[in-house]
This record gives sequence, C-alpha cells and structure tokens, in this order.
Amino acid sequence: MNVITPFEGIGARVRRKEDLRFLSGRGQYTDDINRPGQAHAWILRSQHAHARILSIDTAVAAAMPGVVAIFTSADLTAIGGIPCGWQIHNKDGTPMAEPKHPVLAEGKVRHVGDPVAVVIAETRTQARDAGEAIQVEFEVLSGVSGTTAALDPAAPRVHDDVTGNLCYDWHIGDKAVTDAAFAQAAHRVVFETTNNRLVPNAMEPRCAVGDYDTTTGEHTLFTTSQNPHVIRLLMGAFVLNIPESKLRVVAPDVGGGFGSKIYHYAEEAIVTWAAAKLGRAVKWTSDRTEAFVSDAHGRDHVTRAELALDKEGTFLGLRVHTQANMGAYLSTFAPCVPTYLYATLLAGVYATPAIYAEVKAVFTHTVPVDAYRGAGRPEATYLLERLVDVAAKQCGFDKLALRRRNFIATDAFPYQTPVALEYDSGDYFSTLDQALETAGWADFEARRTEAAGRGRLRGIGISTYLEACGIAPSAVVGSLGARAGLYEVGTIRVHPTGSITVLTGSHSHGQGHETTFAQLVCDKLGVPISQVDIVHGDTAKVPFGMGTYGSRSLAVGGSAMDKAMDKIITKGKRIAAHLMEASVEDIEFDRGTFRVAGTDKTKALAEISLAAYVPHNYPHDELEPGLEETAFYDPKNFTYPGGCHIAEVEIEKETGRVTLINFTAVDDVGRVINPMIVEGQVQGGIAQGVGQALLENCIYDEEGQLLSGSMMDYAMPRADDLAPVSVATHTTLCTHNPLGVKGCGEVGAIGSPPAVINAVVDALRDYGVSHVEMPATAPKIWSIINGKSL
Amino acid sequence: MYDFAYHKPSSLAAAVSLLSADPDAKFISGGQTLLPALKHRLNKPTSVVDLTGIAEMRGIRREGNKLVIGALTKHVEVATSAEVKAAIPALAQMAATIGDTQVRNRGTMGGSVANNDPAADYPAAVLGLGATIVTSKRKIAADDFFVSMFTTALEVDELLVAVEFPIPEKAGYAKMRNPASRYVMAGAFVSKGPMGLRVAINGAAACVFRQTDMEAALASNWSPEAAAGVKQSADEMNGDIHGSAEYRAHLVSVMAKRAVIAAG
Ligand SMILES: Cc1cc2nc3c(=O)[nH]c(=O)nc-3n(C[C@H](O)[C@H](O)[C@H](O)COP(=O)(O)OP(=O)(O)OC[C@H]3O[C@@H](n4cnc5c(N)ncnc54)[C@H](O)[C@@H]3O)c2cc1C
Repeated sequence: MNVITPFEGIGARVRRKEDLRFLSGRGQYTDDINRPGQAHAWILRSQHAHARILSIDTAVAAAMPGVVAIFTSADLTAIGGIPCGWQIHNKDGTPMAEPKHPVLAEGKVRHVGDPVAVVIAETRTQARDAGEAIQVEFEVLSGVSGTTAALDPAAPRVHDDVTGNLCYDWHIGDKAVTDAAFAQAAHRVVFETTNNRLVPNAMEPRCAVGDYDTTTGEHTLFTTSQNPHVIRLLMGAFVLNIPESKLRVVAPDVGGGFGSKIYHYAEEAIVTWAAAKLGRAVKWTSDRTEAFVSDAHGRDHVTRAELALDKEGTFLGLRVHTQANMGAYLSTFAPCVPTYLYATLLAGVYATPAIYAEVKAVFTHTVPVDAYRGAGRPEATYLLERLVDVAAKQCGFDKLALRRRNFIATDAFPYQTPVALEYDSGDYFSTLDQALETAGWADFEARRTEAAGRGRLRGIGISTYLEACGIAPSAVVGSLGARAGLYEVGTIRVHPTGSITVLTGSHSHGQGHETTFAQLVCDKLGVPISQVDIVHGDTAKVPFGMGTYGSRSLAVGGSAMDKAMDKIITKGKRIAAHLMEASVEDIEFDRGTFRVAGTDKTKALAEISLAAYVPHNYPHDELEPGLEETAFYDPKNFTYPGGCHIAEVEIEKETGRVTLINFTAVDDVGRVINPMIVEGQVQGGIAQGVGQALLENCIYDEEGQLLSGSMMDYAMPRADDLAPVSVATHTTLCTHNPLGVKGCGEVGAIGSPPAVINAVVDALRDYGVSHVEMPATAPKIWSIINGKSL
Repeated sequence: MYDFAYHKPSSLAAAVSLLSADPDAKFISGGQTLLPALKHRLNKPTSVVDLTGIAEMRGIRREGNKLVIGALTKHVEVATSAEVKAAIPALAQMAATIGDTQVRNRGTMGGSVANNDPAADYPAAVLGLGATIVTSKRKIAADDFFVSMFTTALEVDELLVAVEFPIPEKAGYAKMRNPASRYVMAGAFVSKGPMGLRVAINGAAACVFRQTDMEAALASNWSPEAAAGVKQSADEMNGDIHGSAEYRAHLVSVMAKRAVIAAG
C-alpha cells in the first residue's frame, strides 16, 4: 500500500490549503477583478417603503461629468423579471401568488432599497454624484412591515394583484389524525413566538462585474455567488435571454455567503445587460449600508404551536401555525424555506406520531427574505426545543427525561416521520449523554449558587436537534415545486504524470473545500493533497453544477467526486490489466497502486495515467485514451445531522445583561473528513446562532422604515460576545451516500439558539418566566426581572 | 465622499485663518468621526483642515495640580501614559475602552470633546472632573462648554487646543455599552477633588450632564449605595431600539454606583 506521510486522507487534521492565499491578502475576490475599459454602476434606491413613482427626471444627472448612461425600467422593457426558483401550492392546489419582481422598479417601489435607476459612469464617485442628482417624484403610500399586520384585510397592499398580501396558504401533515391526538391528550401546551429577522452580513459585500466581447457576442459575469451555474441558468434563460453557450458566470473567491449569495440579484442582470448595451465592462460593488437594504434577509416567522402529551409525557401530536415574511418580492428560494425546509423538520428528534402544520407566506414592504444559514431548520429547531422546555415546565416533567422519552429509538432507523422525511440514521441518546458529561450538567446547581453570590443569575439550556442537509433528490424536490435539479457534478482529471485536477460544481466561499475535497482524493487515489487542485466557481471550466448551500457540498458534491474516482479506478484497472498482461478481474487497486492479485506486479497511478495519455502500448480496441472522468450524483435522500448543544449563561441582575459563559456542542455530522474544518464550521455557526439569540435584530417600523440599517444599530456578534466553545462529534454514518457524510455547515446555527434561550429562561427560573423572545437583550431581561411591560 | 480641498497648516494661527476665510471648511484630527461622515456623504465641506501638523496641540504634561492634555493626543496615548495613569487613573482607563484598537490609534481627545457626541466617553470625564477647555481664543469651563447634542461653545473658527484637568482625590468611571455600536448607552463619571464633588452622566440623554442630586447625596455620604439610591427621572432620557428612557434612567443609577466603587 502506498501510504502518504504525514497522513492527509479522510480524518486528517490538515491545515487549509487556501488559507495561505486568504491570509496573505492574495485572494481574488470579485471586486479585485477589473476589466479593460470598465465603467462603474451606482444604483439609486428607494428611501421609501412604499411609494408610487410619478416621474423620473435624469436630464441634469445625465449631463454630469463622466456619466456614460442612466437606465430606468423604461429602458428594460425587453428583459424579464427576476424569477423565483420554487413554486409552492396552496392547500386548495392552486399555485402561490408570484407577482413580478422587476430588475428596476416599475411604477412603484415596495421596500426601502428597491432599485429605481442605475447610473453608469467612468468612476464610482461620478456615478454616485449623478445618481444623487436624479429627480424622482414619489407619491408616498403607507406601508406595512409585519406579517400579522400585512394579513389584515385593511393593510396596504404590496402588490395590487395579491389579495390580502398572501403569497400562499400551505399545509403539511394529517390534520384529522393530529386533531384526534389532541382530543386524547392529558396535557396540551401552547407556545407562541417570533423568530427574529436577521441581516446576513457576509464579510465581503456583494459585487458584480459584467463584460461583453463585441467580437464573439460572449457575455461574462463575475459575481459574488454560491452557485454560478444557477445564476447563469436563471439570468440567461429568464431575464436576459442569453444562450448558455454565450454566457459565462464566474464566482471567484467569495468572502462568506450564508445563503445570501445563492440568489439571483437585480445587480447581476443590470451589469451583464449594460455591458452588452454599452460595449464595455461595468462594475457594481455594494457597500455595507447598501447591503442592509439589498441582500436578502433571513428568518422572520410568527408562530403558534401546540403540543399534545399523554399523562407520562409521550408526545401525541403537534400543531403549528406559522406566518412567514417573504418581504416585498419572492427571492430565488424564498417560498421553500418556511415549507419544505421548515415544516418537514417539525418532528425533530422526536417520535411524535401526528403533526400538522399550516404556513402562510406574506408579502410586506421589506427587503425580500430567503434562506440564511440553516434556512427553515433553525426556525423549526428553535420552535421545538423551546416548546419541549415549556412543556416540561408546564407539565412538571424533567426536561432531559421528557426528551429521552420521546427520542426516536436508535434502532428505529430508517424512521418515517409524519411530515414527509425519512431519517436514515442517528443516535440522539449518545450525543445527549456526551454533551451532558462535557458540559458538567450534573454539577450545574453548584455553579448557579456560586454565581448568585456575585449578583448573577446563572442558567443552563439544552437543545437536542436534528436537521436535513445535502439537498436533495431532484425527483423529490421537483415534485415539491423546485424549478431546478439538485444533483452535483464532479470531474476527476488525472494528468499524464499523475497529479490531479478536480472540477466540482460545489462552490467554496469559506468552507475549505480546496482542502477537504483534496483529502477525499488523497484517501482514495493515494495522491498527496499538494498535487490535487480543486477548480470551482466558473461555468467555463466546470460542468453544470448546482453550487453550495444547505450543507450539501460534501454529501452531494463529494459523492459525485467519489463516483468519478470509481470510474477512474475502473478504467485504470483495465489499462493496468493490459500493461501487466493480466485479466482485469485480477487487478486490485489501493490508494494509488494497481496490483495483480497475489503477485508483486504493480503499477502506480502515474504510470497508468502516462500510458493513457501516451498510448503507445494501449488497448485501443477497448478503451479511449486519457484518464478523466465525470460523474453526476443525485442523492437518494437528505442527510440528517443532529446532536446536542448546551449553553450556560449568566445574567447581571442590575442591568439585565446576558453573558454567554460556555457552550458545548456534540454533533453527529456523519463521517468527518477534516476535524479541524468541522470544528471551525460548527464554531462559526454557533457564533451566528448566539448572535441571533442574544444580539441580532433587524427592526422595521410598522410602515417599513428600516431602523437597524447599519452596524451602529444592528448588533453583530463579536469575539468578546462569545465564550469558550467545545466542539465534539459522535458519528453515525449516512447510509445512502458513498462517503457516509452528513454535513456540518449549518448545525451550529441550527442547534444553538434554543440552547441559549433555554439557558436564559432557566436563569430566570425564580421570576415565573416561561419565555424570552430573541434576541435576549439587556433591557428586555431587565424588564422581565422588574415585572415591567416591554 | 465628495471632493474637497485639503490643507495641513503647521500653526494654530494658520489653521484659524483658514476657517475664518471659509466657514464651510472643517477641521480634522483623527478623522474617526469626520471620515465616516464624509464617506456616507453626510457632510460636504469645501475644504478639510488637517490639524495634525500643529505642534502646540500635542503633548501630555503635568502643571502643578493640573494635567494638561493636548487636543491631538490619541486615545491610545492617554490610555498608556504614565503621567495620566499616575494623576487620573480613571481617565487612562476610560481611554482604553473607547472604540477599538484602530479607533484608539487615530482618534484624539480634542476631536472627541469638540464633537460632543452624546454617546462619547471623554465628555463625561471633562465635565465630571470640572476640566477647563483651552481654545485658540480663550479658556472655557467644562460647565459652559457642552451646549447640546453635537454642539459646544466653540465657534466655527475656534480650535480646541488642550484640556486642563484638575487632579482629583479620587475619580471613577463606569458605562454600559450599546451592544451594536459599542458607544455608551449610559455612563457615569464621578470625582471628588478641587472642583468639588461631581457626577457627570453621558450616553443616556441628548448631552452629557451633571447629576446634581447624586452629587448632593455623595457629598453627604460617599458610598456606592448613596449614588444608587438616587433615582434618575426618565423624562429627559433617550429612548430607542436599544433601550427605553426608563431603562436608561435606571442604568444611570447603576453606573453611578459602579463609578463610585471604581473610584474607591
Ligand atoms: C468604530 C468606531 C467606534 C467608536 N467608538 C467610540 C466610543 O466607544 N466612545 C467614544 O467616545 N468615541 C468612539 N468613537 C469616536 C472616536 O473616539 C473619535 O475619535 C472621536 O469621537 C473624534 O476624534 P477624532 O480625532 O477622530 O476627530 P475627527 O473625526 O477628526 O473630528 C471630529 C469633529 O471634531 C472637529 N474637530 C476635530 N479636532 C478639533 C479641534 N482640535 N478643535 C475643534 N474642532 C475639532 C472636527 O471638525 C469634526 O467636526 C468611535 C469611532 C469609530 C469609528
């Protein structure tokens, strides 16, 4: 066997290959790209939440220095609206309301930040100067920002043709069976909550550069995207009518996405279209202020849930009514987030036999809301894990015992939930036990007593969660309304002397794919990771792939690579058999070496690849030259990571300030390829989850003015808001993908918020508090402690 | 940012005459307040007069029972100065908590005091110690200097040159930060010394102010409980998405108590 030392294969704690580039400032981000002759775009955005555009006068602006062109919707009549990638059907089978999402506002603006006009000038400053000189006459209309308020028949309408601002009224589960379960229940627990709206705030703001080759008619878009092929498909086919062969989309190094860079945005279409129109490249770069009003937001649910339990605490049924804020327009995947990524997760880790959920999606005069790290699963997890704690308290059960009583048994897999999903594997008892041990759960009361001596209320909270990753079987999502496939593609290109280039349809925007994927190749083909290069993010280089979101890269993209490697091995064996004059059945392969079974006759992979590309002595009748294979992998199911998170907090009684003291995570993410990268992903996710639980809140006034429109008012978590985080894994393998992997990108953001809030509520146990809404800010807690209304 | 002319005079007189000649010009020191405002196009000066070349505005020195701090002194310099730590440790500690490392490496005392942001730190120390503002024209007592939100007694062409701090017997500062901006939600600076007993409150209202009831309570009983026992009325307090007026009023008492503890 060909053993590479130090070991760099599956399970090795290898340092990230890409970090040298990133940490030395040599990453190539979209804004680092400048094309010859490039002009700059600045977008005039609405300051109003809702207004009619009476007139737009660009005459003064157009005459200003450096201005190349000014466009409004009147110039875009030949192009389409921004498409939505998922269609949900109402309870009655009719399709959801899908009002037009114009690239530039047509007649009306519907949220603060809605683009009205674009100025293209020689410099960015000139474009902005001219943009500020555009005279727009608005008739300001009243607006509505909250979901419940928007559903009021008297509320202002976001779209004239959408009655009651209702996008859809959808449901899942068996209502009759669930109602029957409630009829027999010994206990019924009601829980109402709002899941706070979040602004993703990836470190790198969005950017798009459009270019056009007048000699070939080829368009190129460089963009901050998590899925360049999806952008090419949506923008080329639905917005600009450009054939795929003439449209290249490149997403180079991308500095964080968290979902917000999945979607097709107006600015991408604008720069691509304008570059062709003007015959020169056009660049647009968002600043942070603009990001607050133009990047899709996350979460924003209002929910009422009811749990039915029998006398002993066994869950009998769950009923959930949720209103989900879509914002003013449907962002690319918005409709599926509060439905198939949320309500299908409402069984969680529990064997609840009957579940029924209704979801109303609502238009409001706010920035569109779409998937944000976790996408639907954090909302479901938060709801369930708070509900279980509330039930334990209300009915007098121990919260751990109640969880254990209702966990899906470890031998019950595959487990069919009443809300469509079939879980393949998991072991919720072990992750719970391991986390309790690490967190010192048993000794908590002593720590609480000690804290009380310092005027502090200490609390501990737990969350036992499950999520669904690796989206998803194309046929299944297609039947549920997806307008795209959700397979992934991988190409393994073995070069003549044995080094390897991998082309993957996944996209890395911070996750470390260049390392993890290289480790997969190293493990299977025996090539050191220094000789394995991962290429992604360019539709001109990589076959049509679906990109990265939903923690799918390894589970789906990695599986595609694995299949492609199988094909390499199969072909390599045939070449080896020819070269070693053996029968192909007798050839064994292990980590880079082909061997005639039972002999010492071997050929290294590099010898086989050389023979494949210099095919002098080669089985030409049977095989084509070359050693390059592509595989498309369509998953058979979602993967189901899960685990247990425990948070410990202290509350300063005098001010209400909550401090996170420590955090314990034990996650089952399936097989771990690189433990260090998994830890980093989980820690980052927990930082975001703690941010949602304690700090972050995107606040609109009732009419739709954004009150938390900058970092001065939107509290992002910082290093000193966090605490030591202990991350461990406990593995059960995914049973249906070749790698046994489940995904780790979102578990942190999914599992942590309820653990933190459960800890806050526990800290307040002497104050008769049953719930604290996120974020648990100091004034909120102080009001609770002092019995004041909020 | 809009275009503007840039000047870097090397004397006070030259700086003042640039402003007298052009009322739409702006001084810049550390730029930590002005630059973000310019970048957001909230301000459109015709020219920017950079003060950092003026030697008379630099330096930290002890003059008898006063500590004189030049307007251009950076937060990091105040935080680490042996002179400040010895004379008014509370001031050095305060400086160490302003903004972040980058801000402290550029922002200046003069810029902060002249700007009179209600949520800034230094105004509380200036008022709470009863300091004297030395300008290019005159000397102004702290009690007369802070007029209202972002407004001081400085005239358009008047420069803040230095701040003279009487050295107190004891002084202490405590604040609660806004979780988003990390500026002050409510803070209290207390001191006892040549200027009497002073309690200055920042962050909580539209302008830094003296809490005279607390001063009276502490004068008769210098103790954390005495400070905490005085309730601040919520009437003039700020209320916003980060906390109600009532909450800020409550914080005033808590911060005053902590400031007394810090002062010892
Ligand atoms: C991210 C961030 C966080 C911050 N956090 C805090 C905080 O927690 N607490 C806090 O107190 N501050 C904070 N600040 C503000 C910071 O302390 C600034 O440095 C300070 O408010 C202004 O000082 P400056 O030297 O940068 O002034 P500049 O920005 O240069 O000037 C500010 C204003 O004062 C005028 N000016 C400057 N110098 C003089 C002078 N000598 N005479 C007359 N007028 C003058 C200018 O014309 C301008 O109007 C923060 C700033 C940033 C960017």
